[in-house]
Amino acid sequence: MASDEVLGDTPTSYGREPAGTHPPLDYPPYKSTALRHPKQPLVYLPHTITEITGPQLSAERPIDEPDQDLTRQHEGEPLGERIILSGRVLDTEGKPLRDTLVEIWQANAAGRYAHRTDRWPAPLDPNFSGAGRCVTDEEGRYRFTTIKPGAYPWGNAENAWRPAHIHFSLLGRAFVQRLVTQMYFRGDGLLELDPIFNSAADPKARERMLSRLSPERSRAYWALAYEFDIYLRGPRATPLQEAH
Amino acid sequence: MSFPTTPSQTVGPFFAIGLLWKGGPLAVSEDVPGAVRIQGTVYDGAGTPMIDALIETWQADPEGRLADLHGHGGPSELAGFRGFARCGCEEGDGSFEIRTAKPGALPGPDGSRQAPHIDVSVFARGMLHRCVTRIYFADEHAANASDPVLRSVPAERRHTLLAAPTDGGYRFDIHLQGLNETVFFAL
Repeated sequence: MASDEVLGDTPTSYGREPAGTHPPLDYPPYKSTALRHPKQPLVYLPHTITEITGPQLSAERPIDEPDQDLTRQHEGEPLGERIILSGRVLDTEGKPLRDTLVEIWQANAAGRYAHRTDRWPAPLDPNFSGAGRCVTDEEGRYRFTTIKPGAYPWGNAENAWRPAHIHFSLLGRAFVQRLVTQMYFRGDGLLELDPIFNSAADPKARERMLSRLSPERSRAYWALAYEFDIYLRGPRATPLQEAH
Repeated sequence: MSFPTTPSQTVGPFFAIGLLWKGGPLAVSEDVPGAVRIQGTVYDGAGTPMIDALIETWQADPEGRLADLHGHGGPSELAGFRGFARCGCEEGDGSFEIRTAKPGALPGPDGSRQAPHIDVSVFARGMLHRCVTRIYFADEHAANASDPVLRSVPAERRHTLLAAPTDGGYRFDIHLQGLNETVFFAL
């Protein structure tokens, strides 16, 4: 019968995440959460075949070189500080996830998004769209060339500013691994003021959202490099042997 | 060796830059016979449509085949079946619309059978983590009655997981709060 057998290295169940792994959905310092969090208790969902599988978009959406180089998507080069951004996508056992889609989006160097509803009057950059896509290699590694995004004000409180960040979307291997997060830059003075970053209560959890300056990956007279590894949920059960 | 997961953060209001693409709302090729449209609106606690919400869906095909890395159940015979759809609510009246094929039944825990269902993730500004729900189909009475997940949901809330048949498809609204708050799941 269809789907009765679990194939390949598909884990049959993923670990349940301890409370506090992710920020709470109800978090008053981030005002928009007030009307946007469920009030009823969540219902336990067993990990069935639907949850332990997930989409494979790498073949559906071929990646071109400009998708990984956000500085070469237009006639000219965008303004700002060019950076090389790379890292690995791993599970919580430290196993690299290959062939998985990594999507990023970000503001330009002036802190402005190329989106029609972003009204912050910083200049748009005609040479920067701010979106990139990449599929991880055998070692789970992704790599982008982009520019360092700027900070920008937002309406959460009077004179509130978001620290520079890059949005990351990870599909992983399974529906349960799906993650959307943000990557920040270590040493940014706005971090301690930012309710979104600080919604992760544990300092060690916040640490996992910080990229690391990587002198060894930087290219002389070209760009500084930053490293950012992402950990998705790992298996609870030992993977079954090849089923065929 | 074990590492903790990277924490979730909000998708923010500008995800369309990076996450939306032409064909994203199609879990199956548009012209597949029997394809259905699933439409809905995401509402906040004030009953206002969330025009900056993002919906993602994941499901099996009508034969219970999955388009994952290993192709569980074997290759789908449906043209362009990827089992995954993604739709922002930014356009028009703030609703989402995906096009897909109604999924088949699937095995469940302890030898049970699951009724046809679609896993759904909801992302938005103001949501620091996704909310996960499931679409079941209101016209699958018998299969729904024995579905192990639906049976685990308090009876008076089950209706929030049922997509209602419409002309050419189904309607599935999502309420983050309120009297009809949708059932969300802990994964």
